Amino acid sequence: MKKSKKAAGCNVSFGIRLKKDLKKNYAAYLIFLPVLIYYIIFAYKPMYGLIIAFKNYTPAKGIMESAWADNYGLGHFIKFFNSYYFLRLLKNTLTISLSTLLVTFPAPIILALLLNEVRAKKFKKTVQTLSYMPHFISTVVICSMIHLFVGGNGFITNALSALGLAEGGISLLSHEKMFVPTYVISELWQTIGWSAIIYISALAGIDQELYEAARIDGANRWKQTLHITIPSIMVTIIMMFILKIGTVMSLGHEKIILLYNPGIYNTADVISSYVYRKGLLESNWSFSTAVGFFNSVINLTLVIVSNKICKKKTDMGLW
Amino acid sequence: MKDKSIAYKIFTVCNTIVLTLIALACLYPFFYVVVASISDPNELIKHNGLLFRPLNDITFAGYKMVFNNKLVLSGYKNTMIILVVGLVFNLILTTMGAYVLSLKELMLRKPLTILVIITMYFSGGMVPAYLNIRSLGLMDSLWSLIIPGAISTSNLIIMRSAFMSVPESLSEAAKMDGASHGKILIKVMLPLVKATLAVMVLYYGVSHWNAWFNSSIYLRTSSKYPLQLVLRNILIESQTTDMMSDIGAAESPQVLQLLKYSLIVVSSLPIMAIYPFLQKFFQKGVMMGAVKG
Repeated sequence: MKKSKKAAGCNVSFGIRLKKDLKKNYAAYLIFLPVLIYYIIFAYKPMYGLIIAFKNYTPAKGIMESAWADNYGLGHFIKFFNSYYFLRLLKNTLTISLSTLLVTFPAPIILALLLNEVRAKKFKKTVQTLSYMPHFISTVVICSMIHLFVGGNGFITNALSALGLAEGGISLLSHEKMFVPTYVISELWQTIGWSAIIYISALAGIDQELYEAARIDGANRWKQTLHITIPSIMVTIIMMFILKIGTVMSLGHEKIILLYNPGIYNTADVISSYVYRKGLLESNWSFSTAVGFFNSVINLTLVIVSNKICKKKTDMGLW
Repeated sequence: MKDKSIAYKIFTVCNTIVLTLIALACLYPFFYVVVASISDPNELIKHNGLLFRPLNDITFAGYKMVFNNKLVLSGYKNTMIILVVGLVFNLILTTMGAYVLSLKELMLRKPLTILVIITMYFSGGMVPAYLNIRSLGLMDSLWSLIIPGAISTSNLIIMRSAFMSVPESLSEAAKMDGASHGKILIKVMLPLVKATLAVMVLYYGVSHWNAWFNSSIYLRTSSKYPLQLVLRNILIESQTTDMMSDIGAAESPQVLQLLKYSLIVVSSLPIMAIYPFLQKFFQKGVMMGAVKG
């Protein structure tokens, strides 16, 4: 008796409280209204549009009226999983993504540690500023520079062919085997300086007294680095690594689309570029949406899991 | 620091060499492009290896082609329109959203925040987004590049943190004096988060400047193309027929290469000239973005 009364009272008071809140803060809610509308139209409506992954969508009929796909609406997913492309795309996405991670993750940490040892301020600043440079150039320009440098007459192709590592006169981007290294090295070049920022500032935050104490104990620079510097930035390193793991499947399509060509789809085609080709170039709306949906779900799972691990290890997380 | 051992001295020398090489590796490709853009195109195509000075006589033929091209000029113009109009939308909507989500007294603050944050990790994807733009009738309009990107959620979260770090007593005092939310936002809050606003301008500005993908799927009329899409078409797809007819030259690979190098210089020079001055703002943004709360 008492209990139900309390529950009812709670319900009513929530409604009343909300009403009061809406009345009192109506101006704030009004300010938020355009933002809300924006999110509904440009974020949630496309999420609703995901339904077409389970239908045979035709624009003439619209989302609601289009017929469901076969196999209880899962037809497009089944078709994708059974297709020759499924394993190839999964393999390429993981290969490109993981090898990029393997190379571009430790490099900025090493750069930050090396910069940390520099005493000449001007030199340090110059190196830092120059290493940011590729980050400020647009993807299109970066990719066209890659095309020019590794093209038939590009200086990188020429240098490699002089060393016997590539055939002269033929673009590296027309070899299946060369795509991953080209992609990874260009990523390294583009991101090393910029990614180092966070470690550089973590290094700057280390308590100098720790070094004083270590020096009194007779530790040399190397020992100081090993026992003070690296442990001090370990939290940042772990956090960055776990967050990176969460993005393994969400390999950006823009750079791949700008660099690849039909001749090297075998190693260069990834899930997002496939979604782009099938959906936007060939208008296979439903099938392409199903492939994209599959990718987003794995992605989201990775983000959630890695965030959980991150929180456990470092008490920091995305949410 | 005070380590004077021989080992440390050797390390210092090696370290300086390695860092110099890294800096050169980041700088040299741009230097190469500049030198190539003013080299003799016939020599350039025969040249093997690195360039350290222009080959033969300096020529500005590539630059002439670039500046005579209608698409490049209209591309610059369209990018500027998108940049300015887009930024106005970005700043207004982002501050409005961030301000409201920073108000602790709102009962719906949490659900609204969650509603916004979900969009960072899950989206409809490429095709539903495209169909959405189509159904809204935004195809082939510059608005398709401005409105759908009006808010970047990660920027909104950065902005919200900035508002939340302003001491509450300030807005409370203004409220006592009878100020409305609009007034508090404009008169009290915005002047206090100027630095973050500057970061927002840079972040949004750069993303407008660099964007090409959406324009490639939403726009049909080439006179509406923003600069990056024009660049993509010429530099990567080598669609130069229009450009070549402008100067009446045969589509020789030499001329085409020269044109590409010149185009890279012209389109990147503005940003290369100003980034050293902007980098501290970006660094700030990176740090703010890293600690989301």
